[in-house]
Amino acid sequence: MPHRIEVGMKAGLHDPAGDATRQRLAEDLGIRVDDVHVLDVYTINARLDDDELERVRTELFTDPIIHDSTANASLAAGYDYVIEVGFRPGVTDNVGKSAAEGIADTLGRSLAPGEAVYKSTLYAIKGGVSAQDCERIARDALANELIERWVVKSRDDMKSLDGTSLLDLPLVTQQSSPEVHRIDLELPDGQLVQLSRDRMFALELHEMKAIQAHFRDPAVRAARTRAGLSAEPTDIELEILAQTWSEHCKHKIFNALIEYTDETGATRVIDSLFKTYVKAATDDVAKRVDWLVSVFHDNAGLIRFDDDHNFALKCETHNSPSALDPYGGAITGIVGVNRDILGAGMGCRCILNTDVFCFASPWFDGEVPPRLFHPRRVLRGVHRGVKDGGNQSGIPNVNGAIVFHERFLGKPLVFCGTGGIIPRTVAGKPSHEKGARPGDLIVMCGGRIGKDGIHGATFSSEELHEGSPATAVQIGDPITQKKMADFLLEARDLGLYTCITDNGAGGLSSSVGEMARTPGGADIHLEKAPLKYAGLAPWEIFLSEAQERMTVSVPPDKLDAFLALSRRRAVESTVLGEFNQSGKLQCFYNGELICSLDMAFLHDGVPKMKLQAVWQAPAREPELLVRDNDVMADLKAVLAMPNVCSKESFVRMYDHEVLAQSVLKQFQGPLHDGPGDAGVIRPVPGSDRGIAISCGICPKYSDLDTYWMMACAADEAVRNLIAIGAELGLIAGLDNFCWPDPVQSEKTPDGAYKLAQLVRCCEALYDACTAYDIPLISGKDSMKNDYKIGEHKISIPPTVLFTAAAIIRDVTRVVSMDVKKPGDAVYVLGETRNELGGSEYLAMKGQSGGQVPTVDFERARKLYGALSSAIRSGLVASCHDCSDGGLGAALAESALGGSLGMHVDLSGLGVDSNTVALFSESQSRFVVTVESAQTAAFESLFAGLPVRRIGEVRADAAFRVTGRDGLDASMPIDELRTAWKSPMQW
Amino acid sequence: MLEGQPSGSRKVQPVSVRAIVLTGFGINCDNETQSALKRAGAAADRIHLNDIIDDVSRLDAYHIFAVPGGFSFGDDIASGKILANRLRYKLGDALRKWIDDGKLMIAICNGFQVLVKMGILPLFDGEFARVTTLTHNDSGRFENRWIHLKTDPATRCVWLKGVEGLPLPVRHGEGKFVPQNDEVLRRLQAGGQVVLRYVKPDGSPAAGAFPWNPNGAIDDIAGICDPEGRILGLMPHPEAFVDRTNHPAWTRAGLPDEGAGLQIFRNAVEFARTNLV
Repeated sequence: MPHRIEVGMKAGLHDPAGDATRQRLAEDLGIRVDDVHVLDVYTINARLDDDELERVRTELFTDPIIHDSTANASLAAGYDYVIEVGFRPGVTDNVGKSAAEGIADTLGRSLAPGEAVYKSTLYAIKGGVSAQDCERIARDALANELIERWVVKSRDDMKSLDGTSLLDLPLVTQQSSPEVHRIDLELPDGQLVQLSRDRMFALELHEMKAIQAHFRDPAVRAARTRAGLSAEPTDIELEILAQTWSEHCKHKIFNALIEYTDETGATRVIDSLFKTYVKAATDDVAKRVDWLVSVFHDNAGLIRFDDDHNFALKCETHNSPSALDPYGGAITGIVGVNRDILGAGMGCRCILNTDVFCFASPWFDGEVPPRLFHPRRVLRGVHRGVKDGGNQSGIPNVNGAIVFHERFLGKPLVFCGTGGIIPRTVAGKPSHEKGARPGDLIVMCGGRIGKDGIHGATFSSEELHEGSPATAVQIGDPITQKKMADFLLEARDLGLYTCITDNGAGGLSSSVGEMARTPGGADIHLEKAPLKYAGLAPWEIFLSEAQERMTVSVPPDKLDAFLALSRRRAVESTVLGEFNQSGKLQCFYNGELICSLDMAFLHDGVPKMKLQAVWQAPAREPELLVRDNDVMADLKAVLAMPNVCSKESFVRMYDHEVLAQSVLKQFQGPLHDGPGDAGVIRPVPGSDRGIAISCGICPKYSDLDTYWMMACAADEAVRNLIAIGAELGLIAGLDNFCWPDPVQSEKTPDGAYKLAQLVRCCEALYDACTAYDIPLISGKDSMKNDYKIGEHKISIPPTVLFTAAAIIRDVTRVVSMDVKKPGDAVYVLGETRNELGGSEYLAMKGQSGGQVPTVDFERARKLYGALSSAIRSGLVASCHDCSDGGLGAALAESALGGSLGMHVDLSGLGVDSNTVALFSESQSRFVVTVESAQTAAFESLFAGLPVRRIGEVRADAAFRVTGRDGLDASMPIDELRTAWKSPMQW
Repeated sequence: MLEGQPSGSRKVQPVSVRAIVLTGFGINCDNETQSALKRAGAAADRIHLNDIIDDVSRLDAYHIFAVPGGFSFGDDIASGKILANRLRYKLGDALRKWIDDGKLMIAICNGFQVLVKMGILPLFDGEFARVTTLTHNDSGRFENRWIHLKTDPATRCVWLKGVEGLPLPVRHGEGKFVPQNDEVLRRLQAGGQVVLRYVKPDGSPAAGAFPWNPNGAIDDIAGICDPEGRILGLMPHPEAFVDRTNHPAWTRAGLPDEGAGLQIFRNAVEFARTNLV
């Protein structure tokens, strides 16, 4: 019988976990209980004698200073109900795994094969609840049905159960036999489509027919017969094709042939959005910058940081998994993009993370559609996942944003970015060059394979529907990954491998399939793969997206050294096969050939999509009549808007200083609460060279015009960097597209319009990057961000996250956003126009329409050049980007960040309304303060550019605004601070 | 060989003070701790725990042992607990000898959690015993924020010589210091072992008030040392304030180029040079 150990805080001691749970139940569910006591439960399914059980209870599981604990007896007392929550079979249980290691240390012996520890949590609840309430608490707050189980017991129930397990052991029982099936493709069209849907291939009819035609090819048939394979494809062959050809992996929409019709009816053909706009922009800029090292073809883009180091940057989305399991989806999002960096070049060390989330309002009070979670729950779970993933991996979070829009109810967007650094030369060779050679061994390192994450690549290539699979969800294990990353960096420096890539979407199928392109083929023996539990079919082994795994190619003469180091670092590494020049990807299971795919067909056989795009300019809404009301009341309300208000409580929970390299943090000023524009780090000890990271994202402008949405996002990211002292010419960009399905079909009747929105967006991306000299070094697209169950459909607003990174030549010259001292002059840089469309002000007033902000790239470029010079010359005391909430928010944030007052006059800004002056979100603007002795020198740099001195910093801690029509309003800085900080202090 | 280590000793000048920085199993502040010790004048090596276990005699060459911050074993069960058990069972005798030889140790954040949970601190009567702990912050959450510290002016802790007080970042979810009982607390206080306390920016006691005392630590305790003052354990991160630009408000006031945290490492190197080499 398994042993059960319960551990809880001693009576009388504060139980923070219990208090936090009680508070969360009140805030999120409106259920008020008197008390919650949280107990950790360890179910040890192992043979232990009484003495051993007592030793592990006291020495390992119990802290004698603060804990009470029991073995095989119930610890909870004085409650009305208990809820125990534990994992479902097969879900990664990190604590259980660590506990097994702890038991081995304590007893001086390892647990026997098949023995294990399972972690669960017991919530003992007192007062104010019924059994039905407890069911709801478990379902809606404590557990996620997809990955967890729970039981609710009353005090009476518990008496008869004293000390025994409440939940069944989460043992994986064999669910599928390790067999290989042949699949007949000689089917009519309708059945081919049905087959694709039933097996989660996510392939369209023309793609299924291309596969059908390939297997009919007499040459292919003859080769298969010679190899002893059936004429029909095997399940693993179709699974590999579906994964490799998925939208997620092949970016079929971005590579499609598009017939685009503009608003005049003129038509032109675009052969690949990627080549025409993204790659073309980079190719153009590459003529003017000399620091590009490797773009587009590796796991991440690489640029030269200094003479000795390259810098890698990548951003990924994990939207679909986060919709189903916010915590698991987000943690695997962040540790997944970390692996992209570990797999870039010969393997970079991760030095920074970024996070940008898009949700519906946490105060959403409508009905949540089936299979979706309330946005507040999504926010909490996603934030906790990114927090745990980053903190436990020891990678600082340096920049991010949380954006709210009602249509993110249908799918949250979770963007996770990572930067890494690598010496330019590793083991005597350029570190960005890599490639497996024929004869090199295929070695998988890190975690084991389970059913977790099967079909992730194809699943994210569809809308979220009733049948979306639970197995697409995984839980991350950052410590297994950290150990693996530490080990691989050591192996890298010793020159023990020739190529490295991560196991992300598509698992081994993707990593081995990609790595095999250089040598020209691979043989892999799937029975050798280490499994978490028995019963996986060969195709499941090959396709599983189980986390924490990298694939490397190891030359035979380095294998012993590689495996020996792996053992010393407690990392599992397994030889699975060999790279060769056969021209085929071949899989064996127990010696039998079960897959033989032509490399050429696998990688290049996918037919090109042909799509229609039709642009219609959105109808112009009537001009808005804006009245100047109580501007201070309006300012407070705008500062409290979800897109504007402080996110400090979320950021504080991220470790943003590990590695001790931070130069500008997310929050600045004397009270460390002013919102910074970009994160700056100094990654090489002893060098003043730095990296700045920022982001721009404006989905609120998409319904007005996606061209300007993209232009504003790129401009926002760039001006965030310019604001801290970066220079054009030293900035690189990443584009992450998240779109609703833009393919015209029965379920997407407006696909042609959505595709036209995408075309216009790409045009703006090209225009921005070529104007600002920003090469795009990496990017990603997620094209199926829709929710559809029954008649209920929600499509996200088209969204692009533009991440920008700048090389900073001297970090000691950067400026922060907080005003510095009384008497400093306040300037507004850039033109203020009547561009309230999509603004926070209109959203606050509940109005839509208006003029979307536009960007004049050429004028902005000149302004940015002058501002960079001014900052480099030490003339700028503070500088803050002007974005969500307009000038009003930027001025207030600058003042409260410096904990000083400010008096500004709006009448010189060239607009005829104080409201427009304060809240229009015109782009390419900054609030700058300058020491009074420096104003002449400062102004001389801006001849002919839009620069207006509008006031000064004051010692009186009041924010005073004067303007047209006799406006003279004032408010204490602390009142604005409270308005801005209080909405999301949770 | 670990990343970032010199591949051979090509240094012309012999460096006499040698520091070992523990790494592996989720420790993640090893690079910056190594870097701080180097800047303070030590030859510092990052060594994986398994390499020490395999050959404990390699400790003989060193004078300073650093247990850095991180998330060893993911903080599973309790922060530092599993690593504490592993050190106790696999390196207990070697660490006993280290201490008896009068060598220096610093344990930061997760390292501090490890040392109290294996009972090396507070080392009453020279015995390993668990009489204090570090547990969940009162806030119930992990937080990264800068706090102010004040050093016990009468301290004999070699790490804190001349360090009156300083701002440092804390980055933890389980940093609340709790003694077993009042007697343990009084003994720590009377023995001069409470060396660092959280204070308000003006230097007055935090008196348990958030955010000055960020975790609810009893008696505002941020760091303690052994009775001899050679082993320092603390929750805040001195290795994360070695440059002016590490400070969150460095763009405002004229801070000295060197961060205040570096002096702590300099003190140890100086002590080792005089007494241990």
